[in-house]
Amino acid sequence: MMERPLTHHLKDDGTALSLAEYRATGGYEALHKALSGMAAEDVLEEVRSANLRGRGGAGFPTGVKWSLVPRGEGAPHPKYLVANADEMEPGAFKDRLLLERNPHLLLEGMLLAAYAIEADVAYIFLRGEYVDPARCLRKALAEARDAGLIGTHILGSDFSLELHLHISAGRYICGEETALINALEGKRATPRAKPPFPQISGAWGRPTVVNNVETLCNVAPIVRHGADWYRSLGLGDESGTKLFGASGRVRRPGIWELPMGTSIREIFEICAGGMQEGYGLRGFLPGGGSTDFLLPQHLDLPMTYESIGQAGSRMGTGTLIVLDDRTCPVGMVLNLERFFAQESCGWCTPCRDGLPWTRQLLEAIEAGQGRPEDLATLEEHCGFMGPGKTFCALAPGAMEPLQSALKFFRDDFERHIAEGRCPYRQA
Amino acid sequence: MLQYFDPNKDYGTPASLSEKLVTLEIDGVEVTVPEGTSVMRAAAMADINIPKLCASDNLEAFGSCRLCAVQIENRRGLPASCTTPAEAGMKVWTQNDKLARLRRNIMELYISDHPLDCLTCPANGNCELQDMAGAVGLREVRYGFDGENHLDAEKDHSNPYFSFDPSKCIVCSRCVRACEEVQGTFALTIDGRGFDSKVSPGQNEAFMDSECVSCGACVQACPTSTLMEKSVIDMGQPEHSVVTTCAYCGVGCSFKAEMKGDQVVRMVPYKGGDANHGHSCVKGRFAFGYATHKDRIKQPMIRDAITDPWREVSWDEAIAFAAKRLKEVQGTYGRESIGGITSSRCTNEETYLVQKLVRAAFGNNNTDTCARVCHSPTGYGLKTTLGESAGTQTFDSVMESDVIVVIGANPTDAHPVFGSLMRKRLREGAELIVIDPRRIDLLKTPHLKDAQHLPLRPGTNVAIVNALAHVIVTEGLEDTDFIASRCDDKAYQAWREFILEERHAPEAVEAITGVPADKVRRAARTYAKAPNGAIYYGLGVTEHSQGSSMVMGIANLAMATGNIGREGVGVNPLRGQNNVQGSCDMGSFPHELPGYQHVADDAARARFEKSWGVKLDDEPGLRIPNMFDSAIAGTFKALYVQGEDIAQSDPNTQHVEAALKSLECLIVQDIFLNETAKFAHVLLPGSTFLEKNGTFTNAERRINRVRKVMPPVAGKEDWEVTQDLANALGYPMNYAHPSEIMDEIAGLTPSFTGVSYDKLEQLGSIQWPCNDQYPEGTPTMHVEDFPIGRGQFAITEYVATEERTTSRFPLLLTTGRILSQYNVGAQTRRTDNQVWHDEDVLEVHPSDAELRGIQDGDWLGVSSRSGQTVLRARISDRMLPGVVYTTFHHPGSGANVITTDSSDWATNCPEYKVTAVQVEKVSQPSEWQQQFRSFEQLQHQLLRGEKAESGAS
Repeated sequence: MMERPLTHHLKDDGTALSLAEYRATGGYEALHKALSGMAAEDVLEEVRSANLRGRGGAGFPTGVKWSLVPRGEGAPHPKYLVANADEMEPGAFKDRLLLERNPHLLLEGMLLAAYAIEADVAYIFLRGEYVDPARCLRKALAEARDAGLIGTHILGSDFSLELHLHISAGRYICGEETALINALEGKRATPRAKPPFPQISGAWGRPTVVNNVETLCNVAPIVRHGADWYRSLGLGDESGTKLFGASGRVRRPGIWELPMGTSIREIFEICAGGMQEGYGLRGFLPGGGSTDFLLPQHLDLPMTYESIGQAGSRMGTGTLIVLDDRTCPVGMVLNLERFFAQESCGWCTPCRDGLPWTRQLLEAIEAGQGRPEDLATLEEHCGFMGPGKTFCALAPGAMEPLQSALKFFRDDFERHIAEGRCPYRQA
Repeated sequence: MLQYFDPNKDYGTPASLSEKLVTLEIDGVEVTVPEGTSVMRAAAMADINIPKLCASDNLEAFGSCRLCAVQIENRRGLPASCTTPAEAGMKVWTQNDKLARLRRNIMELYISDHPLDCLTCPANGNCELQDMAGAVGLREVRYGFDGENHLDAEKDHSNPYFSFDPSKCIVCSRCVRACEEVQGTFALTIDGRGFDSKVSPGQNEAFMDSECVSCGACVQACPTSTLMEKSVIDMGQPEHSVVTTCAYCGVGCSFKAEMKGDQVVRMVPYKGGDANHGHSCVKGRFAFGYATHKDRIKQPMIRDAITDPWREVSWDEAIAFAAKRLKEVQGTYGRESIGGITSSRCTNEETYLVQKLVRAAFGNNNTDTCARVCHSPTGYGLKTTLGESAGTQTFDSVMESDVIVVIGANPTDAHPVFGSLMRKRLREGAELIVIDPRRIDLLKTPHLKDAQHLPLRPGTNVAIVNALAHVIVTEGLEDTDFIASRCDDKAYQAWREFILEERHAPEAVEAITGVPADKVRRAARTYAKAPNGAIYYGLGVTEHSQGSSMVMGIANLAMATGNIGREGVGVNPLRGQNNVQGSCDMGSFPHELPGYQHVADDAARARFEKSWGVKLDDEPGLRIPNMFDSAIAGTFKALYVQGEDIAQSDPNTQHVEAALKSLECLIVQDIFLNETAKFAHVLLPGSTFLEKNGTFTNAERRINRVRKVMPPVAGKEDWEVTQDLANALGYPMNYAHPSEIMDEIAGLTPSFTGVSYDKLEQLGSIQWPCNDQYPEGTPTMHVEDFPIGRGQFAITEYVATEERTTSRFPLLLTTGRILSQYNVGAQTRRTDNQVWHDEDVLEVHPSDAELRGIQDGDWLGVSSRSGQTVLRARISDRMLPGVVYTTFHHPGSGANVITTDSSDWATNCPEYKVTAVQVEKVSQPSEWQQQFRSFEQLQHQLLRGEKAESGAS
């Protein structure tokens, strides 16, 4: 039977596991194990050799990220660990599942991560609209504190950690780790230039690691069962499991924990049940709103960072947004660009001034007022707001669905311009 | 020489201080730079100019405009060169087709939301946006101009000196960053996000309603006309510029006077200025309009009696009249019956000349200076202990300090540019200890760690400094190596024995100072244990009956802890006026020839006698208070005052006025009819700093050039007038240019022997001593030894001031300054700075106010044993209960009507900082104020040449 370390213990009634219930499933055993016999370095090594990669979208190896933090004597203190729970990527709702249903899995993962990097203070940076997850986390934090799992001399060891819940004031850019750090410090949520990287100079100028919620939720199972076990969970060369999701006009939208490397077809057809009656599959965004469209021909690709990357997109959050054949792709892209233009922090010119023009050009096309040369301008936007040309990854992410839509659904754009109307509106 | 309009080169990002070098290749050119240097700066160093809009080398790299994108081998995308550090072996290209397209597109985005009114825009001809449009070859804006935009954004004209037009804003954040990084006020922010991002003073307030202090750093930083001087809007762009030195406080900021013909368009702080590095405050940058104010005296005037109308006469007639009167007085009352007062606002050369006039032409040593009433105890105290009458450091030294102690000073108001530098260091984590009766603004520095404030009772400085020393000695926190190797052992042992006495313990003096003992102990430990501890002090130290003792007490602390002789430490007097240091250096005091050479020193005197060709008196002459007393006694009858307003600035106004009325000849040389001139017989028009050549010496001993940017309104620079008077008195002076005066000074003053105008041109500025040993000057003093060999600890017994509270005068009045006005206000009151402070108010603690039924805005009678005046009340808890506070910027306030003749035991520096007073609600101005008004009315009438109305006296 397939192992599901992240979700196997979830309760059917949809409520969160209490501390006792979590413990009954083996919860906090990993923490006991680490604090009673493992050095910080051992925990880090376990995670590194488990080949855990960041689940926030970029897929950076977690062990490597941690290893960049100065440790041992002479390291600056306090050091910080932050759980990035600012889940605002369009189409993504995977972290929410973990936060609402199994908050202790996150807390245990954070304790272990903090132990590994010798952090003194940890924060959960939570999306402002996540009211239910906030409630669940508060309860879990209180339980953990009462049980001596947070605070000083945790489980009788020399390890101490303060753990706070921080509710975001609400901006998509806070998902970017340096903007998150600024927001945590009480500043305007704008990204910082790198270098210095947060592991060297993060929150309040101190070494800081920011990890996605799902990433941290993998840590306790890795420590408890070992790196070999974890690596065996993935398909092929992949390690572990991943929460995959699907939204759009599929039969059963949802989130499923599957081995890393599962094919898109399995997620789309078996888990989500394929398209709803009367709708055909036009394409999909494989990893949330800021990834390139893929087409039905890509369904048999395995969900891995590499294979999706080779196909011209990104696995991102692993949550598919499905485009059906009765929805206007121009309208869909416009909807996304509206979001990104609104969520630009305003720091750099291409994003601040470029995204509104992207939006205005798409609005004109969607309203039947586009000009043929607009497509060239949009293509150029995709170039000058592409990777490495803006201050952070927001604008390049915004360009991904646009550039692939211009490639794959060009006829739709051209029909809008030629016919002076949206062809999907008058079926 | 920087005589022409010449924008400074901007390297885009600040310099890296790393000693490790890296070599990279930019456009095929090999460049070697310190590690940590940005690619942009590295390129600029190789004269490769990368387009930029959001970058400026006085601000941290920001990476927002993206115009500075470059291509780097093996790097994805086109990274911003400002935020990309140069790396060894890197290959960079700054120009290619891809970059050109990218940059053009960015300009198209900017211009699609920018008014197309270049021809009528005030920045036309000096606009970075325009320059960049040209540089990237903008030829079209494909987006058109009908998109979403900010063209209708509302303008903010609230500030008197600059306007804010957000429709021109490109959101580069340079203003916001300048406000934070350079000024440290944090008044500006970006409000909103994405396309709605906009610059916002405070929380979407008008500039004048925000925390903005009008330093103008934002205006200077703005690459467009969004933030623009109103003077440029009115007059257009300047066509040439002259580098000169500010005539306000002792920071001595360098400025570029940007000119159109002989009109000043704007003052822009000069980046090459070593005191200010391109920053300034509201006074220096904006408050220069007094120079062309209608109140300027433009013609010499004379009269026989102070009740007569003034007669405008020629220079020759005025000088002859003055000389004749001086001779007559000396003929009748003797050689000692006349004297002169030099000004700390005039140049070194002018000050030197006035004291030379007194000593050589008057034939006595009756010369004194306004430094008498501010920093004379500094001269005495530091000379006695450390051997030199000057601060020990450069301003930049504070950036190396770990603990900063500020005693009796208010740098963010009185020395704002240095205050900003201090705040920068405090933001970096240095600790702050403030010893002051008031909670000064420095304690409100954003991002300051927990600062220590010791709010002592006015007049108890010496008790506190002794307590601090007691803690250091009893707790073994002394730097014994420093003391053994650098200080005189006998003096040290005597001091140690004294300071060990239990009566100096913080617990023992708590009742005197009002500061809890544990606070004193903590402060002493913080200072003594700091790797680098620096003390900065102001008039709150000197203007006391024990001013000199306190200065010596401070020097004792620095010596005991080894905080002397390197960067980051030292004893630093913050000088009030632009040239207080210089006027003291130039021999203004009655007992000292230039360079602090005592008049009784036969060898020194002989050198001056040889050079000046006269016999010099070997007895010290009269100090200012002695002059007043002698005038009232009838033995002192004529006085030449250059650029000082003793009637307003000296204590016990009634006494000063009585003295001035007793004079048979008062010659005042000033730019305005000041309060003193109302008692004068000869009024000689002065020239402002814009109208003459010379030098000022700032608080860090830095000699800066003052350069003439416009002709003197009355035809003569001040030194020329003194020269004319000397010649009329029969003592020949024949200088063609102030540089010749400086050559004479260099020949007679050991600490100035290496100073010349040529060297000043080469080096920009020189910190004295500058001589054979230190040919390029001396940034940090006492590195190897003290001028007196070993440091002399001084016994500083606390003696309570006689000015103490009684049942009749139960409150203590202390005085100070505010940011917008300068000293007696003669200059700033004639500028728009008035909008911030058009009257002096009396700050009263809420509990004292409640006791007396005082409300904010009530008229309050303030009386002391000297007199009474009336001020408006402001309720404030910045002082402790029992202490009231006022400023002295407006003559009609009569702050000095109530201050007393109590003064420093060693130097007669008045005790402005402590006056026992009573405060009560009143309904009309005081008797003195009523007299003041009618006298002022009369004198203005007389100035217009009108006869006095009958009945007036």
